[in-house]
Amino acid sequence: MVYKNIICPVCGGSCDDIQVELKEGSIDVQNACKMGNAKFQEIVSHHRILKPTIRENGKVKDVSWEESLDRAAEILVNAKRPLFFLGSETSCEAQEVGMHIAEYLGGVADSNATICHGPTVMGIQESGMVGATAGQAKNRADMIVYWGVNALESMPRHMSKYGVFPRGYWTKRGRFDRKLVTVDPRVTPTATASDLHMQLNPNTDYELLSALFTILNGKEPHPSVEDITGIPLSVMKQTVEMMKESNFVAIYVGLGVSSSYGKHRNIEIALNFVKEMNNYTKCNIGALRGHCNVAGFNQLASYLYGYPFGVDFMKGYPRYNPGETTTVDLLREKDVDAAFVMSADLVNHIPADCAKYLAEIPMVCVDIAPCPTTTASDVVLPGVIDAMECDGTFYRLDNVPIHFEPFTDSPFSETKSNEETLKMLFEKIKAKKEA
Amino acid sequence: MAEVILKPTGNFNLTVEGEVITPDNFAGKNAQEIGQLLVWQGPQEYPLSNYFEVKGDGAASAEKTSIIIDGDVTRVKRIGEGMTAGRILVKGSTGMHVGADMKGGEIIVEGDTDSWPGMEMKGGLLHIKGNTKDHVGSAYRGSWNGMTGGRIVIDGDAINQVGGGISGGEIIIGGNVKHFCGIRINGGLIVVKGNATRAVGAEMTGGTIVVGGTIERFTPGFELAEVESDLKFNDIECFGEYKKFTGDYAIPQKGKGTLYVSCTNNECL
Repeated sequence: MVYKNIICPVCGGSCDDIQVELKEGSIDVQNACKMGNAKFQEIVSHHRILKPTIRENGKVKDVSWEESLDRAAEILVNAKRPLFFLGSETSCEAQEVGMHIAEYLGGVADSNATICHGPTVMGIQESGMVGATAGQAKNRADMIVYWGVNALESMPRHMSKYGVFPRGYWTKRGRFDRKLVTVDPRVTPTATASDLHMQLNPNTDYELLSALFTILNGKEPHPSVEDITGIPLSVMKQTVEMMKESNFVAIYVGLGVSSSYGKHRNIEIALNFVKEMNNYTKCNIGALRGHCNVAGFNQLASYLYGYPFGVDFMKGYPRYNPGETTTVDLLREKDVDAAFVMSADLVNHIPADCAKYLAEIPMVCVDIAPCPTTTASDVVLPGVIDAMECDGTFYRLDNVPIHFEPFTDSPFSETKSNEETLKMLFEKIKAKKEA
Repeated sequence: MAEVILKPTGNFNLTVEGEVITPDNFAGKNAQEIGQLLVWQGPQEYPLSNYFEVKGDGAASAEKTSIIIDGDVTRVKRIGEGMTAGRILVKGSTGMHVGADMKGGEIIVEGDTDSWPGMEMKGGLLHIKGNTKDHVGSAYRGSWNGMTGGRIVIDGDAINQVGGGISGGEIIIGGNVKHFCGIRINGGLIVVKGNATRAVGAEMTGGTIVVGGTIERFTPGFELAEVESDLKFNDIECFGEYKKFTGDYAIPQKGKGTLYVSCTNNECL
């Protein structure tokens, strides 16, 4: 049977038009990009984790779900200050349970934003954001700016689905109705496909944005900015004019802006620039988020606890200070003594010192396939693949909630979803803590 | 002045939040009572004596109480937070947030400190003899107002976002700074005697910044006004010739900030 309109659980695009046909031992996938297709193949993959394991005296052994949950609860209850890294390749529903456990135990709840678009979220907190849904941009935007992002390779369908090529209501000729500008130190395929490529020097995004902003305010930027950024003043002025003359400018920022030197300050000035540009034309900005539900954790944590990530429950109420209550900093300072990692290969994506400490402390992880994190874990709980085996909610890159429905069932009789796994774990934690 | 000596004894496997370590809290208490004050470590509260050996009693008032921390306390945060009077001397290095929200009195750190010293400080003196990290005297995340009064003196280097959003007070850095020194300030004074990497005075709408060394990458939104020599701000003197810039014109309709840059070290500007 062919299932239509399946949501793709890979990147922040959360594509909603995937067609799959599940056969005996194989799966046919239509409309997905290479990354999407690879993830859908996981469902029939031979390396899928199907049994819970625990490490005892240095040896890993298969155990029952009951025993693994018991051991996991024991680790988390015995810790003084556990870290909950609630990854973004699972539903908001599962993340919510994880956050409640962190609150109950006085731990810290964090997610992928902390090593990804966290600075973007912090920039938004500093200056607010003029945003739009992906559909708005698709139908109206006649000027697209990809800043510090190689959309063609990091979110392969963004250009064809929302950004550059689709025929929108007011952009009926697709690509021909749009001007495309890329700002990137590298010559990427996205830059090659652009009308204008501003090849700035690495880590000079702030200076370039500040100069554009100064031009927009009718002043002449200090001439040293040409040498600093490598972009001639005439090109900067031309870009500002192009923006002013457009009907609707959509700016998409990537990690090139938020994770180069300046971090949230780069984003903050970009957001302020966009706000000011709205005096001349409609202009909005959005982040190309990495994972299918990375925006979800920020939405959920802000809604439940007031802060978008790195929420510390140590004193019983939420506190937040990136650099102090965020994953990498806590691990570097050895300020947590156990970890729970869900649906994210954390060990693979943090600095080596932090990964080393993470491997030293007791760790529980929920994942679908073997990875460095499962290898370093003391308890591994098999994950259920969201959007394929269970329903739930993702937040897309433009912060629009997308409800997804499964096309098959969880392979485990013990649990239907990661949400249910976490609920069972929470019950055990409560029983142990109160005992 | 009554001296209370805290000697660190250990148990710092997780960091400790030491906001009770202020002359205000120690005043009127004897050594035993001070040892019973509670501090947070993880989600639990423990007595101060768990981590420090306490010697000496506090005076009747905060003004007359002096606290001496005899050793490195890099795992203790928030020392002197919100203190209004008295004196703290740290004979070593401290963790984050030393002197945060301080309203009066004096803190002297003989070693280094971690980030956020003097965050949103309102008065008093914070003197760090070593180096510090980010956010000296700056505003808390999402807040628009940093330090509003008092003085922070750093003899060594600071790193990023020195004085973010300050609207009053003085910050004097003896060494170098890196990125975004004086970001979004709207008042007060920042003097950097060494070099700055980039984005000095970015988004400033008021206040004064003086850089005695070289600025590697100048902020684009500034305009040269004139050249002045031998600057004097009350008791703070900066000798030599300085180029006076106004800005930051990247921020609409403002540009009331003043940035002085040493002529000899910045010939290209």
